[in-house]
Amino acid sequence: MLYFIEQFLNGIQLGMLLFLLAAGLTLIFGIMDLVNLAHGSLYMIGAYFAASFAQLTDSFVLGAILAVLATFAVGIVLEVVAIRRLYARSHLDHVLGTFGLLLFFNELVRLIWGPAGMTLSLPSEMLNAVEILPGLFYPVYRLVIIGVTLAVAGLLYGLVMGTRLGMLIRAGASNREMVGALGVNIKVLYTLIFGLGAALAGFAGLMQAPILTVQIGMGENILIAAFVVVTIGGIGSIRGAFVAALLVGLVDTVGRAFVPDLLRVYLSASASASLGRSLSSMMIYLVMALVLIVRPEGLFPAASK
Amino acid sequence: MVDPLLAIEALTKRFGGVVASDAISLALMPGELHAVIGPNGAGKSTMIGQLTGEIGSDHGRIRFGGRDITKLPVYRRSWLGLARSFQITSLFSDFTALDNVALAVQAHSGHSFRFWRAARGEAALREPARTALDRVGLADRADTRVAALSHGECRQLEIAMALATRPRLLLLDEPMAGMGPEDSARLVATLRALKGSLTILLIEHDMDAVFALADRVSVLVFGRIIASGDPAEIRADAAVRQAYLGDGEGWEHG
Amino acid sequence: MKHLLECWRGSGLNPRRAVNAVVLAGLALMPVYAALTGDAFLMTLLTRVVILALAALSLNLIMGFGGMVSFGHAAYLGIGGYAVGILAKEGIGSGFVQWPVAIGASAVYALAVGALSLRTRGVYFIMITLAFAQMIYYVAIGLDRYGGDDGLTIYRRSQFGGFVDLDNKVLFYYLCLALLLAGIYLVWRLVNSRFGFVIRGARSNERRMRAIGFPTFRYKLVCFVIAGAMCGLAGALLANHTNFISPAMMHWTRSGDLMIMAVLGGMQAMFGPLIGAMTFLLLEEQLSRVTEYPNLVLGPLLLFVAIYVNGGIDGLLGGGRRG
Repeated sequence: MLYFIEQFLNGIQLGMLLFLLAAGLTLIFGIMDLVNLAHGSLYMIGAYFAASFAQLTDSFVLGAILAVLATFAVGIVLEVVAIRRLYARSHLDHVLGTFGLLLFFNELVRLIWGPAGMTLSLPSEMLNAVEILPGLFYPVYRLVIIGVTLAVAGLLYGLVMGTRLGMLIRAGASNREMVGALGVNIKVLYTLIFGLGAALAGFAGLMQAPILTVQIGMGENILIAAFVVVTIGGIGSIRGAFVAALLVGLVDTVGRAFVPDLLRVYLSASASASLGRSLSSMMIYLVMALVLIVRPEGLFPAASK
Repeated sequence: MVDPLLAIEALTKRFGGVVASDAISLALMPGELHAVIGPNGAGKSTMIGQLTGEIGSDHGRIRFGGRDITKLPVYRRSWLGLARSFQITSLFSDFTALDNVALAVQAHSGHSFRFWRAARGEAALREPARTALDRVGLADRADTRVAALSHGECRQLEIAMALATRPRLLLLDEPMAGMGPEDSARLVATLRALKGSLTILLIEHDMDAVFALADRVSVLVFGRIIASGDPAEIRADAAVRQAYLGDGEGWEHG
Repeated sequence: MKHLLECWRGSGLNPRRAVNAVVLAGLALMPVYAALTGDAFLMTLLTRVVILALAALSLNLIMGFGGMVSFGHAAYLGIGGYAVGILAKEGIGSGFVQWPVAIGASAVYALAVGALSLRTRGVYFIMITLAFAQMIYYVAIGLDRYGGDDGLTIYRRSQFGGFVDLDNKVLFYYLCLALLLAGIYLVWRLVNSRFGFVIRGARSNERRMRAIGFPTFRYKLVCFVIAGAMCGLAGALLANHTNFISPAMMHWTRSGDLMIMAVLGGMQAMFGPLIGAMTFLLLEEQLSRVTEYPNLVLGPLLLFVAIYVNGGIDGLLGGGRRG
């Protein structure tokens, strides 16, 4: 039971990170109708920035804050220089162009930081585990991730539901022409949304960095998981992204933890380990297939465009 | 007594709380040209969608040629002989006019799992397509790409494509919309030539055209048929005048 | 060969014909040049070009002509490759078994993925095809018996009982080239047949196609399966070419490569995928010779093409429209 609770918390933690990535993706999809394969690059860049800034400032927190700001700036520049020229093109051109950006960023990171990868070390107080339930020790840092990302999700919710910018974002997700008709400077709005998405992705990258290593291509596989989240949640829906991110995080983590054990009941140890690994990494895609069979536009389809 | 070709019984569709089609009943006799008129937002598009199968129905039945088609998918209704033209021109603009019509012929000459022979070389597709183009007066534009056709020609082509499916019933969704007087007159002439050989359900805003062509007219307002009769009766109907004048749209402006 | 000439002659304007002719002549004569100069590397590179061109061609059938933007096409390369690798490891070395299995398994996978994903539209379709391919990628990683993450070396190329010796590099190259040209011819027949007209019509206006009486779903599904099978064959060739299979050959970025090849060459042109594959792979190769950071150039170049070029290289050659 304790093991289950631990895995459950791990699932929540993964889900929250996926939400940070997916929130930006789904906004950019929903509002600018842009397929952005370079979103994972921003995740990677956030992690690299954090590792560098933390080294420079000797502070994890300061490094993290600087990294988020820097990734936001990269996002703004990227939008102005390249991305906005893609909006009028087809989805296929989006794929081509942002794939080019992904290649570019991977190479740029190799040029600047070298091919070896980096580590982002935690302050000592976050290295420990605390006893959250009798007999259940859980790493402090993972609790920090859950807490901080929940706070960010709350802020994002407040931003989208409670401010004028958020009103425009919501309007844009359901009806692009209408925002234009309101006389809003759409160019600036798009740039801001893209920057916001970049900052969220960078934040996700740096939060994940201490658990995994900081390396080139680190954003590529998690990007696909974020796409799965966006697709399950319904393109353009923040709420959908939140629900789907938790679902995907839990299914993936709990699946990995328990599917091999379940199989062991029927199969030999080595066979169940091998098959279990395959099966559990397939689970989120099976969930997505299931959702799309029932609801081809995701769980929370944004209002029709 | 001849059975109606198309019989709509109490057809209903709700979108959320809005009743778009409210127990519509209509019957079309073979060879008749029946026009449906109504102000904007009266539910004409919904009704067309329900008849072609793009929109499902909550209640009611559609019988076509004696067969219940209420639940059939779009392409099956087409196979039974129910053809439509679109309100917004929606042709395949990369293809020539003849290609477009030939595609419509192809849809009704067996399955298309034929992978080898060049479709453009098949007389069985091209000849009926030319005939259909000829019927709407577009024979000389056969090899022009659709993108290069005028608005009026596209509408004629729409009808040619519908004809090419050898329909028993033609649903025309505002064929005159956005047309100049010359093009309209041409289209009225085309339709008049078709009249009698086909059953036609004409949804139209252009009152001159409706009263020039229709055998019977039904008036749709807020999803309900409020009147049905021959053109003279409809012209004289007080409720119809009321509905139209209330909408600020008099006959004269039609 | 007569038909092939016809399909290339019928496909448009002069600069394009000239480029097609040069490319074809170059590919046909390359082994002679390689033999004279002893340039074995060129041979290897162009064999790869030809195989990936076949994969890009199959993608272009559904994407360029059918409008189905599939972002999971590398999965078929993987399935075709693993069919060869797994059978070889299990002691079944005959190409007469391996290749049909590669094609058949790809077709079955395409049928399943297509049946699910063709219900969705637009970006959802892109995403769901991408996700299924990623799923297959993870399945391959889980195959411990066949090398898992590290992949599997194939010690013997497919055996054709003395008919063709795939270990002969020149012969293998010509076999790949012949299969590619056969594939181009097949696609050309296909898109101009009744079936092809339905597929292209559905790309341009699916709603209209249904209204005139086409059950579009089943035609698109069959097209999807044909493309998958064709790419499965390319996968079998690729495994024989590299003597190696690994999950990396179906990573989603490989699917991205295939899309780039198709788009780069020009999706409405019969020879577009070949020109695209050749341009992309040769460019990649040349850049990595002159700089340590080739993608700093290649990446922005792709971005530039995405923003400013219509119809890929074919568009630049004045290809434009074609019926």
